[in-house]
Amino acid sequence: MATPGNARPGFWSVRGPMSQRSYWVFAAIGLLAPLIAWWALAASGYVSKVFMPGPGQVLTRALAWFRSDNLTGDALISIYRVTAGWALSAVFALPIGLMIGTFRPVQALLEPLTDFIRYMPAVAFIPLVMLWIGIDESSKIAIIFIGTFFQMILMVAEDVRRVPAAQVEAAQTMGANRRELMELVLLQSAKPALLDTMRITMGWAWTYLVVAELVAANSGLGYSILKAQRFLHTDKIFGGIIIIGLIGLITDQLFRLAHRKAFPWMYRKA
Amino acid sequence: MDVSEGVNTQVSSRAPKVSIRGLSKIFGEGPGATVALQNIDLDIGEHTFITLVGASGCGKSTLLRIVAGLEYHSAGEVIANDKAVTGPGADRAMVFQQYSLFPWLTVMENIRFSRKLAANRGEFTSAEVEAASGRADTLLNLMGLRAAADAFPNQLSGGMQQRVAIARALMPRPQILLMDEPFGALDAQTREVMHDLIQYVFHLEKSTIVFVTHDVEEAIYLGQRVVVMAPRPGRIDSIYDVPLPAQRFQDMKLSPGFIGLKREIVERIRETSGMKTDLELLEKLCGQLKT
Repeated sequence: MATPGNARPGFWSVRGPMSQRSYWVFAAIGLLAPLIAWWALAASGYVSKVFMPGPGQVLTRALAWFRSDNLTGDALISIYRVTAGWALSAVFALPIGLMIGTFRPVQALLEPLTDFIRYMPAVAFIPLVMLWIGIDESSKIAIIFIGTFFQMILMVAEDVRRVPAAQVEAAQTMGANRRELMELVLLQSAKPALLDTMRITMGWAWTYLVVAELVAANSGLGYSILKAQRFLHTDKIFGGIIIIGLIGLITDQLFRLAHRKAFPWMYRKA
Repeated sequence: MDVSEGVNTQVSSRAPKVSIRGLSKIFGEGPGATVALQNIDLDIGEHTFITLVGASGCGKSTLLRIVAGLEYHSAGEVIANDKAVTGPGADRAMVFQQYSLFPWLTVMENIRFSRKLAANRGEFTSAEVEAASGRADTLLNLMGLRAAADAFPNQLSGGMQQRVAIARALMPRPQILLMDEPFGALDAQTREVMHDLIQYVFHLEKSTIVFVTHDVEEAIYLGQRVVVMAPRPGRIDSIYDVPLPAQRFQDMKLSPGFIGLKREIVERIRETSGMKTDLELLEKLCGQLKT
């Protein structure tokens, strides 16, 4: 055996190194362990199947849902609602946040107000939304909008404020005017952070789905979960929750991929 | 080595490129207000290299930023290129300590940023665009960045990044180059290389350079004149002529004249900064250790 070099820091050293392989091993354990524990608990017969259906039972139910109960339709309508509510938020939050992050008077005018509104519970707006907008698709989208829009404004504003002052000042000393500073420096510099904000708020939009589908829905993943609750179909509740989680995971990964494609300069190091 | 105690503030016999008269800057308002700069008078002649040194809080960076137009002043006037300074402009380029490059643009795109601004506004004929690309090439070569033209800033070392920042600042042929501790974040060896590079730029481009640093050796090695500032309130304490030939070499740092001047300026900064009391305390403590 070769002489050992200096002892490599172990797994548990603070911010220590970790090989790619060990990382995946740990990730797999982290994902599989709860699944196995769940399966074991359900199989032990210790807990009633009504409270805790096993993975097999949930999978069977999900397949049945897919084959004969239009799971695809439920998923698509939910994806549509979430995406529409989120996109509508983005369309307004991006310019407003950019203005707040750029101009102090706009910040003073809008930020305290936004901070105030964002603490209001989106669920509590349901009666108002039904009264004002009705009970069609737009009301579901409105609930998701209310849940994400105000948070998004603040995050966008913060992203813009985080652009290093030296970048802005350098452009100023090269003769950039106000519009050029916003278009060519602030927006460009904040773009990667903005895409991250879009990714994170998309996750929040999904958490408002079940709430949104409380409003006179007759389809969708959130609606199906609520309906299953009425009939004590816990396996379907489990299935619905897991499917929402999976859709979220996939969306998140797509956003990360887009980030890597859109901002290659962030991932290239010397 | 003449010590002109705030009297002779004319830093060149030629017509001043930058003229500062009775300049004051107050930060904040009410009882919390602090006087950052008080009654500054300074003339900087064309094609001169002056350096500003002083203890922290002496307002050297603030003064530079006022000349750049990035900070407004409370009283007095600043004339640069025969115009009163009212805001930032392309005639006064600035090089920052760090984080000023645009990380989403390549080295070449960073350097050409000022031209892009002009081109977007339609201020350029195609011939001028052609000339600009020649200028960018020249700067790329001058700064030794040829191989890094298509790299992104975060792929470069700190020293290379500052070369890009200098090239970018020089691109619009500014008559005045303002540098705010541009080499402060670099290691000692890289800094020496940058010192010689900026000297070369100074002679080649015939720029007027105002250079802020806290490093006295750097101030003497680069400057034709060293302006020593003092804090509370920020003011010009004294101005030293550097008795070195126009062309500087690293060896000169070891010459008696250089060392003598360095000792004098360091001493002056200590006296004006309030650090004197710290030194006295240190001496007292050392005395106690001995007994």
